[in-house]
Amino acid sequence: MSEQRDEGYDEWIDAIDRGEGYVLECSNGHGSLPPRRLCPECGAGDLERRPLPEGGTVDTYTRTHVPTPEFAEDAPYVVAIADFGVARLTGQLRGVDEPEVGMRVAVGVEERETTGDPLLVFRSA
Amino acid sequence: MTGVRIAGTGHTHFGQFPERTGRDLFAEASAGAIEEAGVDRESVEALFYGNFMGELAEDQGHQAPLMAEMAGIRVPATRFESACASSGVAVREAVKDIRNGESDAILVGGAERMTNLGTAGATKALSIAADELFEIRAGMSFPGAYALMAQAYFAEYGGFREDLAHIAVKNHENALENDHAQYQRAITVEDVLEAPPVAEPLGLYDACPITDGASAMVLVSDEFADREGIDAPVSITGTGQGSDRMALADREYLARTPAASAAASAAYADAGIGPEDVELAEVHDCFTIAEVLAIESLGFFEPGEGIGAAHAGETTCDGTIPINLSGGLKAKGHPVGATGTSQIIELAKLLSGEHVNSDAVADARVGLAHNAGGTVASTTVHILEATQ
Ligand SMILES: [Zn+2]
Repeated sequence: MSEQRDEGYDEWIDAIDRGEGYVLECSNGHGSLPPRRLCPECGAGDLERRPLPEGGTVDTYTRTHVPTPEFAEDAPYVVAIADFGVARLTGQLRGVDEPEVGMRVAVGVEERETTGDPLLVFRSA
Repeated sequence: MTGVRIAGTGHTHFGQFPERTGRDLFAEASAGAIEEAGVDRESVEALFYGNFMGELAEDQGHQAPLMAEMAGIRVPATRFESACASSGVAVREAVKDIRNGESDAILVGGAERMTNLGTAGATKALSIAADELFEIRAGMSFPGAYALMAQAYFAEYGGFREDLAHIAVKNHENALENDHAQYQRAITVEDVLEAPPVAEPLGLYDACPITDGASAMVLVSDEFADREGIDAPVSITGTGQGSDRMALADREYLARTPAASAAASAAYADAGIGPEDVELAEVHDCFTIAEVLAIESLGFFEPGEGIGAAHAGETTCDGTIPINLSGGLKAKGHPVGATGTSQIIELAKLLSGEHVNSDAVADARVGLAHNAGGTVASTTVHILEATQ
């Protein structure tokens, strides 16, 4: 990974790491993740930060055995998509032997084993 | 508005050719297409070319003028990139170009060199069709993305890995006599279920292989075909395209592919037909679950009904709507940039009676080709009709 920062995204990851996660919301109630200038659903420009709800619900998951090289030492690992109401997040589900659709999770930031890069992680809540 | 006819097609073998360059693969496919069309190279007015991972696989961007050289034509040449739908969009743009009178004859095709990257390299190269910030950084691979859709499908509609296995078995069966397919080898449901997991619930035999190959065809206007006396019995009568949000997490549905539905609606309207008129289809089965999502989005089956179709024999060669008589991406192989054109070539041969599996659809006149990019954030659908 390069040392260059990705404006909007790195700030968002840092906020989640501090427990101050947020999503962007337009005046029509569409949630999205940064960086954005416009709502991707309706094009509205009045995006405001709203706190990310405490917990989410797993909508789907997969245990990946064949990773890209950047995750070689992480495999096997579970990737999940979890619904936080205003938006869904994609991350790795850690500490759960038998994931289930519908299980409640909290989100945080941990490290990728292969490279040490920050990784969005869900844990059972 | 003129009709658009398929005048000639060319195809390399699909398989593992790590020593062959993309330019050599496309030289072979394009020569075949121009020869079969029987047109003078001087009559070809443009090259529309699909390729996805050339920068990563061969350090080669800007491939279109290079491929025009390899085809022996000096024409405006443009590369189209829409991940696995790259040559599908190239075909669509060529159809529009001929219809609007800009050109009478266009070389369209695609190529991909993949196996020289190895499994890890190809896995990385394919992954970049997903959202880099929100998916790749979470460890989502291309198989992993389809696995997420498969698990979401199971949760919403039910279904079993065994249902998916029947799709793989069917597509391998269809490829047995297809000489340019990567796999001409039958597999069993047990083989699929016992294969090593790639991204659960998908295993090695739920996935298409990593493939090198190229495909090309010459598209011409009705007037050009008539004037030049070209035998071109199959027309492209409908074209459509759809897009969806890039990241799976941002989509309304995790177990449906609305981009394919949008592309199909547009293509059906364009051709003046409906899904009930389609007699066979080539769909983008990069993973077994992808075929399920495709046949539902195209209107052949209701959501939740497609998963059992192969098992029930509805999509087999003797079924009500044979799907992937070529063997599909699963058995024929998936050289990404060549796939969209290859599907249309197979379909044209099936409709004109020149395909090894044409007997299965001897009276068919209407076929559909569905080409999906990434996790179906891009899709093209084309309708082919035997018009002569
Ligand atoms: Zn909005």
